Amino acid sequence: MRYAMAIDTKRCVGCADCVVACQRENNVPEGFCRDWIVEETTGTFPELQLEIRSERCNHCADAPCVRCCPTEASHYEEGGVVLVDHDSCIGCKACIASCPYDARFVHPEGYVDKCTFCIHRVREGKQPACVEVCPTHAMIFGDLDDKNSEISKALRTRKYKTLIPEAGTDPHVFYLL
Amino acid sequence: MKEVAITSGRMNHGVDPLLHAWGWEIPLYLFLGGLVAGILFFSAFFYLRHRENVFTAAIKVAPLYTPVFLAIGLAALFLDLSHKLYFWRLYTTIRWESPMSWGAWTLLFIFPLSVIWAAFWVKDVYPNWDWKFPIIEKTIAWLAQFKKWFAWSLILFSGILGMYTGILLSAFNARPFWNTSILGPLFLVSGLSTGAAFILLISRSEQERHRFSQIDSFLIGTELFLIIHMFMGFLASTSVQIHAAEMFLGGPYTAIFWTFVVGIGLLLPLLIEIMELRGVTVPAVIPAMLVLFGGLMLRFVVVDAGQSSRWLYKFMEQLVF
Repeated sequence: MRYAMAIDTKRCVGCADCVVACQRENNVPEGFCRDWIVEETTGTFPELQLEIRSERCNHCADAPCVRCCPTEASHYEEGGVVLVDHDSCIGCKACIASCPYDARFVHPEGYVDKCTFCIHRVREGKQPACVEVCPTHAMIFGDLDDKNSEISKALRTRKYKTLIPEAGTDPHVFYLL
Repeated sequence: MKEVAITSGRMNHGVDPLLHAWGWEIPLYLFLGGLVAGILFFSAFFYLRHRENVFTAAIKVAPLYTPVFLAIGLAALFLDLSHKLYFWRLYTTIRWESPMSWGAWTLLFIFPLSVIWAAFWVKDVYPNWDWKFPIIEKTIAWLAQFKKWFAWSLILFSGILGMYTGILLSAFNARPFWNTSILGPLFLVSGLSTGAAFILLISRSEQERHRFSQIDSFLIGTELFLIIHMFMGFLASTSVQIHAAEMFLGGPYTAIFWTFVVGIGLLLPLLIEIMELRGVTVPAVIPAMLVLFGGLMLRFVVVDAGQSSRWLYKFMEQLVF
């Protein structure tokens, strides 16, 4: 089992519903977020190209945050999901410094927090909150090891990229082009 | 042209508009750690070379400060933790892949070592010192049989302490400015240099001051060499590292780094020390204080710049402090 997410940059309109859904589902404190919207404009007017991405923790297979954590608080769960065990986290913030995606933050309660792929929902057979709520169905979540899953099919048939693969962390959030 | 904007979310003050995970606590600790490593190294080294009566300040007096400096550094580290009551989790795991983990374990060894090593010399420095409890006196006398072994382990652990403060940062591939293996040796040499400067500061013997002036000049020269190499390496590397170097070559860190770290902290004391070695009388306190200041600034600038150097969202690069 290898959980991953594919986000269709052709469908995403940047409405930020995923951001709000995540904040509500995960009780993310005000002023913080586990996912965010990035708009990348390339070219000069009038020849402009816009790519909108919903970004979050990439649940890297070779995660630097897991490697540098001194207490094993950052760890891999089933399906390669990277999680932080709140009761082991000492708040040293090494993982924040180690993340090339800047996906982590210090929760006001002291521990380090980030996207969990809504593993609590996934274990109940539901989709992550951001995927569930996306009005343009731009997001696909699933198991890469299952050849018939929607995400496997999308990655077979569509061109895709990951963000800064050269950082060498083997990210598992894919952007369909 | 490429323009990137974060249009929603990402208003968390810990990360945006700039990554500010580590404030003053970490650079202060890195400085004190390096200083302690330097002092303990020289103390143990010259003890093993039987220079007890020549380099009194280095061998006997300077180590008395190390437990205090380390304690201040450790207090700063503790203050930096955001989940403080769980700090003991550091000592329920050993993670070899995590420099922070073996750093924590190194501190667990070097702190008691520094206390014992300082205790050996208390009576030499303060002849009227009374330990109050005979058990302490007896324990120290018993441990003193193994002084040579303590000295050797101090050389080992001070080397690790001095190196690891740099390796801690260079292990973060996500921060291009830190991601250079020069940082380990650079921090070690800087730590030794601040250690030598501290000895210079408290020494009362002409001969000792002369020798430590020589040592410090050599170390400052080495540091300059390593800094030049670091930038050569960055400029010959990938786009993110070229970008990281550019923060210092015209970017926001240019003035602060070249003025305070290189100018006031390295070149000026080097010049003064060379003048001194040639016979010009300058109070030793001036170059020594400059070197200590430069060492502190180096830690501040490196910790700060590393955090604002990044792979994504480069538009956020700016001075944190």
